[in-house]
Amino acid sequence: MIWKLFFAFIQVGMFSVGGGYAAIPLIQEQIVNIYKLMTLEQFSDLVTIAEMTPGPISINSSTFVGMQLSGIPGVLICTLGCIIPSFIICLTLAHIYYKYRDLGSLQTVLASLRPAVVSLIGSAGLSILLIGIFKGGIISMHNLNYVETGLFAVCLFLLRKYKANPIAIILGSGVVGTLIYMFI
Amino acid sequence: MKKKADAKTLWKLFASMFMLSSCTFGGGFVIVSLMKKKFVDEKHWLDEDEMLDITAITQSAPGPLPVNASVIIGYRMSGILGSVIAVLGTILPPMIIISLISLCYEQFRTNEIIATALRVTRAGVAAVIIDVTLNLAGKVLKLKRFMYTAMMVVCFVLVAVFKVSAMAIILTCLAIGILDAVITCKKEAKA
Repeated sequence: MIWKLFFAFIQVGMFSVGGGYAAIPLIQEQIVNIYKLMTLEQFSDLVTIAEMTPGPISINSSTFVGMQLSGIPGVLICTLGCIIPSFIICLTLAHIYYKYRDLGSLQTVLASLRPAVVSLIGSAGLSILLIGIFKGGIISMHNLNYVETGLFAVCLFLLRKYKANPIAIILGSGVVGTLIYMFI
Repeated sequence: MKKKADAKTLWKLFASMFMLSSCTFGGGFVIVSLMKKKFVDEKHWLDEDEMLDITAITQSAPGPLPVNASVIIGYRMSGILGSVIAVLGTILPPMIIISLISLCYEQFRTNEIIATALRVTRAGVAAVIIDVTLNLAGKVLKLKRFMYTAMMVVCFVLVAVFKVSAMAIILTCLAIGILDAVITCKKEAKA
């Protein structure tokens, strides 16, 4: 049983290219359809919880499945399976990158990737912002959450103007926002 | 590149990753923004181009983005041992949190205060990512090369509006980069 889990999560780790939401159907395929380690209902609960808690969804799901099926040893085996492929592949890529990064031609190639990465980070930020400040992520004045919009503006101001600590900003926005909602 | 595998560096690596991972709500690019602030701006362990290269590599490799980034940054700082330590720091917070929640997830899922706190936190998360993006975009504009500016704008529209996958974007820009390197090489050979 535990080996079944281990191999299921090795496959999740190996084929979830692109991360995050791209991994959800893949995990569902392995865990629900092929190995039947979870019901579809449990899996959708898991997705909800994974969205609410920090950490990558594949680590969240391997922990959750492992815990439900065989406690702490299950958690360790599943998570290990999930990260082994990334570990080997990234270590190899890191080694190659640091060995050759000073080559002129590799620098030219990498320089073309950087603007794309900036765009990827930016659009991730934009989509979180839209979900955050519009109810249900639907863009219209009617759906605007004033508290979140205000919080966002204050946070961005503090970051730009005073170079505020980002972790303080994230935790602070959670505490302040919750307090505001509790008192209105 | 000098690698330090002393206890102090390893501890700092572990503590930083643990801290960042505990606060990463909402996907891989959040942690990349936080890592950039922590390791580039605050600790000066990496330079900015290096952080962007690492992001491109983590995005192209399979597996969860934060884990991939930890492997590479750990390796850069202290070799393979550094990778192991950095990954541990990254995966322990979600493992602990989910293990605890899985014991009482019905209560957790229906608790209103938790739901509100998680919803409003997105405002702060969005502010952090957008702040990092503005800094990085400024650097790209400063290069004053039309091709890079155009690539940044086009990629942004493709991803944000047309929902093109990150993988397709990275691969296409990789091809453009290789083409660019070949052309530069030929020009230099002629001159």
